[in-house]
Amino acid sequence: MAIEILMPALSPTMEEGTLAKWLVDEGAEVRSGDVIAEIETDKATMEVEALDDGTIGRLLVAAGTEGVKVNVPIAVLLEEGEAAGAVPAPAAAASGEAPVAGAAPAAEAAVAAPPVVAMAETVTAEPVATGAMAEITVREALRDAMAEEMRSDDRVFVMGEEVAEYQGAYKVTQGLLAEFGDRRVIDTPITEQGFAGLGVGAAFGDLRPVIEFMTFNFAMQAIDQIINSAAKTLYMSGGQMGCPIVFRGPNGAASRVAAQHSQCYASWYAHCPGLKVVSPWSAADAKGLLKAAIRDPNPVIFLENEVMYGQSFDVPTDDDWVVPIGRANIVREGSDVTITAFSIMVGRALEAADKLAEQGISAEVIDLRTIRPLDTETIVNSVKKTSRLITCEEGFPFAGVGSEIAMQVMEQAFDWLDAPVARVTGKDVPMPYAANLESMALPQIDDIVATALATCEGFRGA
Amino acid sequence: MAETVKATRKRKPGRPPKAAAGATAANDLPARDDLVAMYRDMLLIRRFEEKAGQLYGMGQIGGFCHLYIGQEAVVVGLQSVSKPGDTVVTSYRDHGHMLACGMDADGVMAELTGREGGYSRGKGGSMHMFSREKNFFGGHGIVGAQVPIGCGLAFSHKYRDEANVCLTYLGDGAVNQGQVYESFNMAALWDLPVLFVIENNQYGMGTAVTRAAAGRSLADRGAAYGIPGRQVDGMDVLAVRTAGAEALDHCRSGKGPYILEMKTYRYRGHSMSDPAKYRTREEVDAMRKQHDPIDQLRDVLHKQDVTDDTLKGIDADVKAIVLRATEFAQTSPEPDPSELFTDILLPVGGRTAAGEV
Repeated sequence: MAIEILMPALSPTMEEGTLAKWLVDEGAEVRSGDVIAEIETDKATMEVEALDDGTIGRLLVAAGTEGVKVNVPIAVLLEEGEAAGAVPAPAAAASGEAPVAGAAPAAEAAVAAPPVVAMAETVTAEPVATGAMAEITVREALRDAMAEEMRSDDRVFVMGEEVAEYQGAYKVTQGLLAEFGDRRVIDTPITEQGFAGLGVGAAFGDLRPVIEFMTFNFAMQAIDQIINSAAKTLYMSGGQMGCPIVFRGPNGAASRVAAQHSQCYASWYAHCPGLKVVSPWSAADAKGLLKAAIRDPNPVIFLENEVMYGQSFDVPTDDDWVVPIGRANIVREGSDVTITAFSIMVGRALEAADKLAEQGISAEVIDLRTIRPLDTETIVNSVKKTSRLITCEEGFPFAGVGSEIAMQVMEQAFDWLDAPVARVTGKDVPMPYAANLESMALPQIDDIVATALATCEGFRGA
Repeated sequence: MAETVKATRKRKPGRPPKAAAGATAANDLPARDDLVAMYRDMLLIRRFEEKAGQLYGMGQIGGFCHLYIGQEAVVVGLQSVSKPGDTVVTSYRDHGHMLACGMDADGVMAELTGREGGYSRGKGGSMHMFSREKNFFGGHGIVGAQVPIGCGLAFSHKYRDEANVCLTYLGDGAVNQGQVYESFNMAALWDLPVLFVIENNQYGMGTAVTRAAAGRSLADRGAAYGIPGRQVDGMDVLAVRTAGAEALDHCRSGKGPYILEMKTYRYRGHSMSDPAKYRTREEVDAMRKQHDPIDQLRDVLHKQDVTDDTLKGIDADVKAIVLRATEFAQTSPEPDPSELFTDILLPVGGRTAAGEV
């Protein structure tokens, strides 16, 4: 059967071009791959190759013709044994819209879904501690979480800089090498992009990597693997390629280590669909959430805080203390103003609430625990009670976690607000080294108190 | 490093590859069935890619589309000596790898047209396709990013004490990415069973390899880490097969990674929108006429008394597969609008893509 050779599109945006030159005559024998014509676009001159073996039956568009639309037949190729007479008369060349096979994107507008996909699964209930409690540090809680998960699942391994023989740069992995050996507790070279990518490959290979970044500042070296490989591949594969991996390590400001070592990345990772982002405050949550993260079939960014590592909390001694990802926790009930915080800022928010109580203001403090998926339900319900909201975070203000919370509350609880949502954040500057400047750059208890007073001013008792 | 071939200092792009390592003596040819199978596999890739180019020209395939025409011998030769359970990962010039891994032409073509029947249900496109069933782990769009991922797959083989290798394909452009060397280091340090296959098709997009890569040869790029490497005539499927078998044995036996630099050539531009003005028509024609991998193997088959009828039969079979794939790719519906919001996160407590949580 005669084959029509169509004017090809040579780029995603090309709609028409000039048929500059024919390199074959009617009657010429061509093989697949032979160059038969040159066409010009505004960007380039390109060669057109024959896509089948055969004989050129007829040239339908003359050399030099401009404005030849994509998909218009430009020549007819005869297969073995066909006569030129079988060729139909040329259609009006360079005219009309060539039909493009494929359904029109009619359905596009019909998709109704929230702009932010809040929860991909039903979050299981908050665990209830049944047994005894033990006071341990956040550091020990994180280590215990990894050790317990490693005992119950051979696929779980820990990898990172100084995690094995050195026992962890911040001693979070202390004791793991002795118990699990160097097959499962692996010191890496200083090679963040490399071991982050290796971890992603191991997760594709059905292992359960826990990848420690010495701090999340260094994960910037690896962010392509975290976003492009870990977060997006499930979607790009139509659901085939889950990536069950945990990236964990200290995040945010430590103390006097200046700009390159003091940054909160919560809003960076929370921005991207395909990741879960967790940032606990208490030791109990650190343990329960890390266990949940290791069991989660998705990539989880687990943001710890160096300053918190040494702080002690009561932690349930239950073997299976798992805190579900995606649930905030009301750590102090109140009625006048809601304060959201995560990680180290929860402690500051609680101290601020004490000071506010002295001035007659009852603050409700919510520990977000998970940044994404964000538990907007808990926040919105609290705002419906208090009518005022302050968000706290160490990170920069611009496009921060507080910005997103303010937007969500505006969308879901606008009518309940009695004052504009206010943010308490790190200052919009790289972290300075000098002690006085660093202190000014970080959000302090007094900043939260002052913001709460301003928010409540004139509304109290109204 | 005895196995490293000392290449000449300056390589000219487009120069016919030397049949140095891996050349196969006539008396140890693979079995005739294997030869015929490789011929068929290469022809399928060739015809599939030609059709993909045609569909792109018709506007039925969008975005970026990188064709593998000319390089068929590399993946077909290597996959012909891989073992069940071996894993494969590559970059975005991936259609040939998928077909060579046994993935269904219908599903690949339908992904190219962005349809429900595609391997990624229309959500990945040309550069992002996967098949867990066939141990094909992509299809990655960021140059070099597949290399640490390949090391991770190799790590998982070693962790489970499997006698499998991850074949990690990268191009001559990718070899200048830092993460490739991070990967070489870890692979050598931990004796990971990974075969790095550098498909040196002479050009990283429009930049000749001589203008982008310092040093003697890409096969030497692992020398600092003690990774053996060799150059192979990547246009000769038999040379590829022989070198591949030896390299895979090395990796499989616990000796760690290995590098094969495949000297190959792509006939088409970098992508469909590349007019390839950085090289001459004569250079391309010389490669096609003198070094075409399919023509070369056809000559071998003729000498093995494979009849023209047999070859014509293969030709017809391959054409039929491509025709069917094209019809499927044109008639499979576009993804349902509800697909926009699926496959972002897996449910907790459900199934992972690989099995039970």
